[in-house]
Amino acid sequence: MHPESTKELLINMGPQHPATHGVLRLILEVEGELIKKCVPYIGYLHRGVEKLSEDLTYVQVLPLTDRLDYLSSMINNVGFCIAVEKLMGINVPERAKFIRTIMSEVARICSHLVWIATHALDIGAMTVFLYAMRDREKLLELFELVTGARLTVSYPRVGGVRCDINQEFLDELHKFIEEFPKKVEEYETLIDRNRVWLKRTKGVGVITAEEAINWGLTGPTLRGSGVYYDVRKFFPYDAYDKVDFEVPIGKNGDIYDRYKCRMLEFRQSAKIIKQCIEKLPEGSILAEDAPKIRMPASPLKIDKNDIQFEIYIEDKSTEDFIKKFTEVYASVEAPRGELGFYIVCDDSAKPYRMRVRAPSFVHAGVLPRLCEGALIADVIANIGSIDIVLGECDR
Amino acid sequence: MIRILGNITEPIEVEKGLKIVPGANTIITTIDKIASWGRRSSLWPLTFGLACCAIEMMATGASHYDLDRLGIIFRATPRQSDVMIVAGTVTKKMAPVLINLYHQMAEPRYVIAMGSCACSGGIFNTYSTVQGVDEILPVDVYIPGCPPRPETLIEGILKLQEKIKNEPYTKERCLSGVCLIDKSDLKGRDESLRDIEENKG
Repeated sequence: MHPESTKELLINMGPQHPATHGVLRLILEVEGELIKKCVPYIGYLHRGVEKLSEDLTYVQVLPLTDRLDYLSSMINNVGFCIAVEKLMGINVPERAKFIRTIMSEVARICSHLVWIATHALDIGAMTVFLYAMRDREKLLELFELVTGARLTVSYPRVGGVRCDINQEFLDELHKFIEEFPKKVEEYETLIDRNRVWLKRTKGVGVITAEEAINWGLTGPTLRGSGVYYDVRKFFPYDAYDKVDFEVPIGKNGDIYDRYKCRMLEFRQSAKIIKQCIEKLPEGSILAEDAPKIRMPASPLKIDKNDIQFEIYIEDKSTEDFIKKFTEVYASVEAPRGELGFYIVCDDSAKPYRMRVRAPSFVHAGVLPRLCEGALIADVIANIGSIDIVLGECDR
Repeated sequence: MIRILGNITEPIEVEKGLKIVPGANTIITTIDKIASWGRRSSLWPLTFGLACCAIEMMATGASHYDLDRLGIIFRATPRQSDVMIVAGTVTKKMAPVLINLYHQMAEPRYVIAMGSCACSGGIFNTYSTVQGVDEILPVDVYIPGCPPRPETLIEGILKLQEKIKNEPYTKERCLSGVCLIDKSDLKGRDESLRDIEENKG
C-alpha cells in the first residue's frame, strides 16, 4: 500500500440518524471521502402488517393500510379499497370516484411537501422546511374538516367513501388550489438559484432510463430518468381517465431532475383537483353492494363510569361475502411510485394472503447503485431524492 | 416591580419558596427550585422518529406549532439531549438500539412515549412489535393517540415540565436500562446490543 493512501473505514449510518427518513440503516465502506460499498439494512420498522391482516376482515384491514405510508395514507386506503372492490366486483358510484381523486391528489401534495421540506433540510436549506410545513398545515386542516383526522384518515371505504364532502370544504380547497402554484414558485425561488443546491443535485446520483427500469423503479424516481410511466395514465383508476393532466418527465436522471419532476407534479395535482371540483357529479357516495358496517344512528353517549359500554360499530361484512376472483392485483400511483396490493382469497371473508408491493422497498434496493463510487455527502442527497418511507418499506 | 421597590432591603416573598431583595439585587431560593427551573425550561429532545408519530412531531416543531417557543430544540445526538420522545412503533429489532441511545443520554433524562404504539403496542399486536416502550425503558409521560395531535404533544411536554418542577435536585433517576424482554426474543441482535453486554461484564 502506498504510504499516503488511506485505509478503508466502516461507517454505520443509522438507524437513528436524522437524515435517513426513519429507521434505515446503511453500512458504508469508505476510502477517504469515496464510498466503496454501501449495504442498506431494513426491517427496523417491521410491524407484521401483512400477517396481521390475515386475521382481519377486509373492512378491518383498512386502518392498517393507513400506517404503511403514513405521509399519504389516503392513497394507501384507496389502493386497498380498489383491490378489494376488484375482488368482490363492486362498482363505485361516480361521485365517490371523484371525491377519492380529489383526496388522493391532496394527499400527494401533502406528501411531496414533506418530501421537499426534509430533502431541502438534509441538503442544507432550512427555510424551505418552514414554508412547506406552513402550507401542509392548511391541507391537514381540510382533511380534518372531512375525515376528522389529520394523518391517518381511513376515509375511503370498500365501495365508496365514508362521508360526503360539503361546500365549505370545496370552497376552502378551491381557494388553496388557486394560490398554490404561486407558493410552489416561492419554494423554487428559495432553492432553484441556490448555488449550493445546484452543485449538490445536478449530475449527482445519476441513473439511466434503462437501469431505472431494470431496478424496478416507479413514480417520480423513474420519471426523472425520462421514462414515461404513470399508473394514472396507463391503468386509470377512479376518475383519472376523466381529467386532463400531464405526466412530467425528466431527462438526465439525476437528483435535480427527480426534484424537478416532483415540483411539476405539484402543479399537475392542483390542475387535477381543480377539474374534479368543477366536474363533481351528484349522487350517492357508497355502492349498494358494499360490505356493511352498522354505524350508530345518533351520536353515542359514553358513560365514563361504565367501562363495558357496547361496541357500537358492527362489522357486518362477513355475512354476505361474495367474491369474484380468487387472486387480484390492483395498483395505484402513490407519491413514491406504484403501490400495489396483491390479495389471495379463500372462501372466508378474510384475506388468505395480502402482499403489498411497496415502492419504498424497491427504491431502498437501488441505494447501493446510486451511492457506490460517490462521496459521503451525496448519500444523504440520494436517500432524500428516492423518497423512501420506512413504514411502507418494512411493513 | 424591582424598579418601583428599588430601595427596599427586606426580602419580599414573590411566590412560595422564592424571595427577592430588590435593594440588594438578590433572589433567595432553594437549589431544587433553581435546578428544576433550568431543567424544565430547556428540554432538548432527541430527534427520534420511528413511524407515523414522527411526522406529527415534525409538524409540532415546524412553523405552525413552533416548539422553539417552549425552549425545545431538537437535537440529532443523544449526548446533547435531555428527553427522548419515542414517536412510533418500537420493534424488537429496534429495541436494543433504543436502549443504547437511552444510555448515551446525559442524566437527568426523561422519556415521553408518544402515540398508542409507544404506550401499549397499539393496533400492532404482532410477533415483531414491543408492546409498549415501558417494557424496556422507564416512561415519564404517556401521550395516547394514533397519532396524537400536535396540541396533545405540547400538552404532554407541559406535563413533563410540571413533573420536573416538583422533582428534588438530587433525585436518582437512572432506574432503567434493564431490558425486560427475554434476550432470545430480540431478533435484531447487532453491535449495539453487544456493546451493552460488554459494558456490563
